[in-house]
Amino acid sequence: MSSVMARPLVEVTDLEKTFDVSAPWLNRVVERKPRQFVHAVDGVSFSIERGKTLALVGESGCGKSTVARLLVGLYAPTRGTVRFDGVDTSKTFKSGAAQALRRRMQMIFQDPYASLNPRWKVADIVGEPLREHGLAGTGPTDSAGDLTAKVVVLLQSVGLSAADVEKFPHQFSGGQRQRISIARALATQPDFLVCDEPTSALDVSVQAQVLNIMKDLQRKQGLTYLFISHNLAVVRHVSDQVGVMYLGRLVEVADKAELFARPRHPYTRMLLDAIPDIHMSGRARTPVQGEVPNPLMPPSGCSFHPRCPHANDRCKVERPAQLRFGGALIACHAVEEGRI
Amino acid sequence: MTPLLEVSHLRVEFPTRRATLVALDDVSFNIAPGEILGVVGESGAGKSLTGAAIIGLLDPPGRVVAGEIRFDGRRIDNLPYDEMRKVRGRQIGAIFQDPLTSLNPLYTVGRQLIETIQAHLPVNAAQARQRAIKLLQETGIPAAEARIGQYPHQFSGGMRQRVVIALALAAEPRLIVADEPTTALDVSIQAQIISLLKRLCKEHGAAVMLVTHDMGVIAETCDRVAVMYAGRIVEIGPVHDVIHSPAHPYTVGLMGSIPAMDEDRERLLQIDGAMPRLNAIPSGCAFNPRCPRVFARCRSERPDLLPAGATRAACWLHDAQAKVAA
Repeated sequence: MSSVMARPLVEVTDLEKTFDVSAPWLNRVVERKPRQFVHAVDGVSFSIERGKTLALVGESGCGKSTVARLLVGLYAPTRGTVRFDGVDTSKTFKSGAAQALRRRMQMIFQDPYASLNPRWKVADIVGEPLREHGLAGTGPTDSAGDLTAKVVVLLQSVGLSAADVEKFPHQFSGGQRQRISIARALATQPDFLVCDEPTSALDVSVQAQVLNIMKDLQRKQGLTYLFISHNLAVVRHVSDQVGVMYLGRLVEVADKAELFARPRHPYTRMLLDAIPDIHMSGRARTPVQGEVPNPLMPPSGCSFHPRCPHANDRCKVERPAQLRFGGALIACHAVEEGRI
Repeated sequence: MTPLLEVSHLRVEFPTRRATLVALDDVSFNIAPGEILGVVGESGAGKSLTGAAIIGLLDPPGRVVAGEIRFDGRRIDNLPYDEMRKVRGRQIGAIFQDPLTSLNPLYTVGRQLIETIQAHLPVNAAQARQRAIKLLQETGIPAAEARIGQYPHQFSGGMRQRVVIALALAAEPRLIVADEPTTALDVSIQAQIISLLKRLCKEHGAAVMLVTHDMGVIAETCDRVAVMYAGRIVEIGPVHDVIHSPAHPYTVGLMGSIPAMDEDRERLLQIDGAMPRLNAIPSGCAFNPRCPRVFARCRSERPDLLPAGATRAACWLHDAQAKVAA
């Protein structure tokens, strides 16, 4: 039993997702255009302990949202496995047990204006997963009142009131809508929540409200989070572990304290340096060079080498493997060779 | 030093069929030559609208109904459209949030730059082209001579924003209104653009009004900051003082709700509720329903900006006369 308890809830091994972005067949034949693939996620491995939060950070197009979608089964992986509670999810999602698995993992999306059906009342939005999974309102003895009662409890758990069940999404502010999304995600009593930039569309004071709710819920219900964000300050606040992604690859995974105190990978250092410092501590900032390359034509070797101040010839040809240094997993030749 | 820009008691209204919405009310501030003033606030606070009013680009039906805007001593809020066109671009440059929509996708960036330069400066086409190339080089665009003939879609987001900055600086304006210039960009690019904007404005001697919701950007860039809430300035003062010893309870809450990089807190300070809608602004101080330090006077009387240490805050807590009386 103890070995089962010690196993991480989510284990991702060598996950890869490629998208076919080729020109249409006719153009390929007539104009001799080649087939083209984007490696949105390229050999990503990590695990998340029960009740903990792993945050994925990276800039636009680094593949962090694709990882989120792979985990909850919205995309099928091209290669690699996702094990949830010891079970390979890509097989389960195709089998009859998919429903039971989906009940245990839910997702919160970025834009609370797009993720709620504007024609539905809150009672229907939050009640849908309950009906869908047969948790309330569908049994022979269930009445509509049971469903509403459960929805009210869910709404109250995220700080909304019972009277809100009769309202439509447009009657709420952005922060309140994101609470409705959280209530909907919690309806099936999941173990694992995938949060894809849940506060990016919100103002800071509202973001603080939502982050506080998410932390309270984690403490009370023992939830496990995958938290995706581009905001390092938010990540530092919510996470236990942090994974830094660049062009589809995970370049550094470390405990939060370790990563923020001693960032090892040059890209992590660059990201940390790029954050505007609100307390103006006079920290020397190295100016960040260059931009993220086109993911259709990623650089050879280590994909960060064109922007990296420590790159040498090996970085240009050989792709670095993820190696363990102390508590951190880092993919960098310079770190491996002790150059930085 | 006489201020470059003087905004006094500015009031902007949006008449609608049901009611007249007051989007900006009694907004007053100055910008000195070469100064960088940050304007910060949450969505709907009126910060972008303040910028739009200054550059004369209020969307109808919005209009300035009271107060005045003076640029270099000359009143500009009531100028006829053609007169204002000469001021905009020449005297006051503008940078907007989304670099893709502020460039014309059908013209090369060179043509847009040359057109702007020739509209405002007495130069011929060859001189304008030389100046355009120089501007692109100054904004850090590699191979400027080649890229001047390219279209906006051939530039990345960060490069486009550099082009927009070059456009804003094209006629050597003395004030630049930058409305969320880095919000659409990734953090690493954001840092580049902010330092570029800061450096170029210093070199060209342009003052900046930087509108943003990102307190970090304000802290790094600005000399002074104005915090807006529900169409009014609630606190204004030197950046260091507003960040480290905020005087208005809203600023205190705003600062506390930002996750910090150098301290650990289990919970963030949160301000309950949300900013009021324009059709339901509370009487007295607009912040009173959310304020942790509210008292009776806040609900009935609206505070003006009062001296509060190094800053000025629109809050009755800082009413010296009331303190003396008590």
